[in-house]
Amino acid sequence: MSAAAALAFPQADAPAACRHCGEACAPGGAFCCAGCAAAYRTISGLGLASYYERRILDPALRAPRPEQTERFDLARCIATRADGAQELTMAVDGVQCGACVWLIEQVLAREPGVIQARVNMTTRRLRLAWHGSPALADRLVATVERLGYRLIPFDAVQLETSADRTGRALIRALAVAGFAAGNVMLMSIGIWAGLTQGMGPGTRSLLHWVSALIALPAIAYAGMPFFRSAWAALRRGRTSMDVPISVGVLLVSAISLAETIEGGDHTYFDSAITLLFFLLIGRVLDHRARGQARAGAEQLLALRSADVTVLEQDGTAVRRAQQSVAPGTLILVAPGERIGVDGVIAHGQALLDASLITGESLPAPTGPGARVFAGALNLGAALTVRATATGAATLLAECARLIAAAEERRGRHVLLADRVARHYAPAVHLCALTTFLVWTLVLHAPVMTALLAASAVLIITCPCALALAVPAVQVIATGALFRRGILLKSGTALERLAEIDTVVFDKTGTLTLPALAAAPGADAPAWHVAASLAAASRHPLARALAAAAGRAAPAEGVIEHPGQGLSLHGADGEIRLGSPRFCGIAGADGDTPELWLTRPGQDPARFTFAEALRPGAAATIRGLNDLGLDLRIISGDRDAPVRRAACALGIARWQAGRSPVDKAALIEGLRARGARVLMVGDGLNDGPCLAAADVSMSPSTAADISQTVADLVFQGDRLDPVTIAIATARRARRVMRQNLALAIGYNILALPLAACGLVTPWLAAAAMSSSSLLVMANSLRVRGRAA
Amino acid sequence: MNVMLWLILASLTVAGGGLGVFLWSLRSGQYDDLEGAAHRILFDDAPPPPGPKRSAPPRS
Repeated sequence: MSAAAALAFPQADAPAACRHCGEACAPGGAFCCAGCAAAYRTISGLGLASYYERRILDPALRAPRPEQTERFDLARCIATRADGAQELTMAVDGVQCGACVWLIEQVLAREPGVIQARVNMTTRRLRLAWHGSPALADRLVATVERLGYRLIPFDAVQLETSADRTGRALIRALAVAGFAAGNVMLMSIGIWAGLTQGMGPGTRSLLHWVSALIALPAIAYAGMPFFRSAWAALRRGRTSMDVPISVGVLLVSAISLAETIEGGDHTYFDSAITLLFFLLIGRVLDHRARGQARAGAEQLLALRSADVTVLEQDGTAVRRAQQSVAPGTLILVAPGERIGVDGVIAHGQALLDASLITGESLPAPTGPGARVFAGALNLGAALTVRATATGAATLLAECARLIAAAEERRGRHVLLADRVARHYAPAVHLCALTTFLVWTLVLHAPVMTALLAASAVLIITCPCALALAVPAVQVIATGALFRRGILLKSGTALERLAEIDTVVFDKTGTLTLPALAAAPGADAPAWHVAASLAAASRHPLARALAAAAGRAAPAEGVIEHPGQGLSLHGADGEIRLGSPRFCGIAGADGDTPELWLTRPGQDPARFTFAEALRPGAAATIRGLNDLGLDLRIISGDRDAPVRRAACALGIARWQAGRSPVDKAALIEGLRARGARVLMVGDGLNDGPCLAAADVSMSPSTAADISQTVADLVFQGDRLDPVTIAIATARRARRVMRQNLALAIGYNILALPLAACGLVTPWLAAAAMSSSSLLVMANSLRVRGRAA
Repeated sequence: MNVMLWLILASLTVAGGGLGVFLWSLRSGQYDDLEGAAHRILFDDAPPPPGPKRSAPPRS
C-alpha cells in the first residue's frame, strides 16, 4: 500500500475523536464529517460551546452525529393555540444528559418567533411554540436536526390521552386527602389526650365538629374514585376491593357524624380520611407504573415511524405519512430503506430482507409483480412499489385476524389482588355483621354501641395495607425493569410472567440479531480499506461491514452510487466497494447478500453476510435452563439455519418452516397440556403466537404489530432481558405474597379486639399506619437486588 | 376557648394555603418532568437573545 493510500485509509487502531460527535475520524482531523463540522460551528457561533464541556456522552448510545434523516409532513401535527401561536410536540431521539436539553432549548430560543421550547427529560419530548406561519416548523426542526438529534412529530390529537387526566385527578384527590388527614389527626391527638387529662365535654364537642367539617367534604371528594368503582362493580353484580372500602368509609363517617351530634366520646373521622389517604397512595403508584410503561412504548413506536416517499403523477417526489397513502399510489423505496406500505413491485429488481415479516433469515431477489409487505428492507437498487389496499388476502390482515382470535381465546388472567378480594370482601362484611348481631341480640347492647363495634371491625380490617401490597411492588419492579431497558406494557404481565414454565423463541431477529453481520473471510488489509469506505454509507450492508471492523474512520472523498456501491479515487486509481456488477466481477449471481472490493493492482475481495446470534445468547439460554424452564424454538425459517442456531444454543426442541397459523396452534397445544408459555418473538408472523401465549416479549426492533401485541418490550442487542424479566417477576411475586400475608395477618390479629369493642380511634389509626408502612418497606426489597 | 378557636382557624388557613399552592403547582405542570429539573439548575440561563423583547413563556 502506498504512502498516499495509507493517508487516505487511516489505521483503525489510532482514530482521533470527532469534536462534535465523539466518533472516530481521520487522525489530525477535528471532525468525522461535514455535518459534525457544521454543527460545531453553529454551536460555537451561538456562544454555546460550553455544551461540549458539560455533556456526558454514553458510548453505548447513538452519537449526536447529524445524519440525513427522514422528512416528516409536520403540518398535520401542528396545533394552533388560543393565543394564536403554533404548537408542536415531538419525540426527541439522542438526548443523553442535561446538557443536550440545555443545548436544544437554547438554540431554539434564539430562533426568531419562538416563544417556548422545552424538552421534558423524563418523557424525552420537545414542546415547541412559536408565533408566525406553521411552515416555520420545518426550519426549526431542521435547526435541531443539524445538531445531531432526531425529532419525530406526535399527532396532536393522539397526545390528548385520558390517562393523563385520570392521573392528575388522582393526585388532586391525594392532596386533598393528605391535607384533611393531617389536620383531622391534629384535632384527634388533642381529643385522645383530653380523654385522660379531663378535657371538658364542650371542648371535645367543638373539636369533633371541626374534624367533621374538614373530613366530610374531603371524604366526599377524595373518596370518589373508590365510590365510583364500587358502584360500577355492584351494578354488574360483582364485588371488588372497593366495595368494603366504600361501605366502611361511608358507614364510619355516618356513625361519627351521629356521635358528634349527640356529643359522644369517640369519632372515627381520622380513621376514615387516613384510610382514603393510604389507599390513594396505592392508586397513584399503580397508575404511575402503567403510565410510565405506556409512554415508553409510545415513544418507541414513534421513533420508528417514518414517512414514505410518494411519486406524484407529475413525477415529483413528496414525503407523506404512511396512513395518508391511498391504494394505487406509487411509492419510491431508496436502497437501504424499509418499505413503508404493503404493495406490489412496479419497477426495479431488488434484494429484499423480509426477516421481520416471514422469519426468513436470508434476503431474496424480488422483481416486478412480486407482493411486498411493510417492514421489508431494500438491500438492492431503488424500487417503485404500487401500494395496495390492506385487503383480506394480505399477510398482515391474516395475522391481525389470528391475533384477534388468539386474544379472545386467551381468557382473562385473574390478578392476585382480585383473587384475594374475591374472598376478602364477603368475609369482612360477614365479620362486621356478626359483630353487630352478637352485640345487639346476645349482649343486648344499645344499637349505637353495636354499630360502633361493627364499624371498628370494618375500619381495622379495611384493606389499606392490602391495597398497597400489590401496586407498591409493581411500581418498584416496573421501575427496576425500565432502568434495564425493559418496558412493561401490561399491568398484569408481571404476575403472568412469574408463573411461566415454558419459553418459546422465534429464531430470526429474536435469538439472532435483527441485522445481518459480515462474515469473516477476507484478509486484514482488505477489511481495513472496505471498512473505511463502508463507514461513509448508511446502507445496511455497509453498516454491517463497518460494525464488524470496529470503529473504523470513514475515508474522505467517498462517492456513493445508490443501489450499486461506493467508490473512492485513491492515489493509484479507483477503489470500489459494492455489488458484483458494480465492481465488474462476472459470474456472481447476486442472489445472496455480498459485497466485493476491487483495488487497483490487487485481487478482488469478497465479503459475505450471515445472521449472527445475539451477544450473550448462549449464556442467557443456559441461565433459563438453570431456572428449570422448558425451552423451544418455533421458526418460520428453513431447517438448516434453525438447526444451526438450536445446536449453537443447546436447545433440543425446535421446529422450522412453520406458518403463522401453525405457530399459534403449537403454542395453543402447549397451553392445552397445562404449560404456561412465554413467547419471545419479533416478526409479523409471530404476532398470533405472541397473542396466544400466556405472556409475550418482543425486542424493540420488532414489527409494529408484534410490539403492540407483546406484554414486554426490551431494548438493546442482548438477550438477557428475558432472564432479568423472569427473575424480577418471580421476586416481585414472592414479595407480593409476603405483603398480602403480612396485611392479612395483621387484620386477623386486630379483628377480635375490634369485635370486642376494645379498639379506640387511636389504636385503629396506629394499627392502620403501621401495617401500611410495613408493607411499603417490604416492597422496597424488590428494588434492592433487581437494580 | 377563644384562643383555641383562633388557633384552629390559623392552622387551617396555613394548611389550606399549602394545599392551594400544591394544587396550583400541579396544574401548572411542575411535576411533569422531575428528572429534567434536577439537571436544569446546573445550567445558567444564556444571555437574552437579540431581537424584540419576548413575552414570558406561557404556562402549559
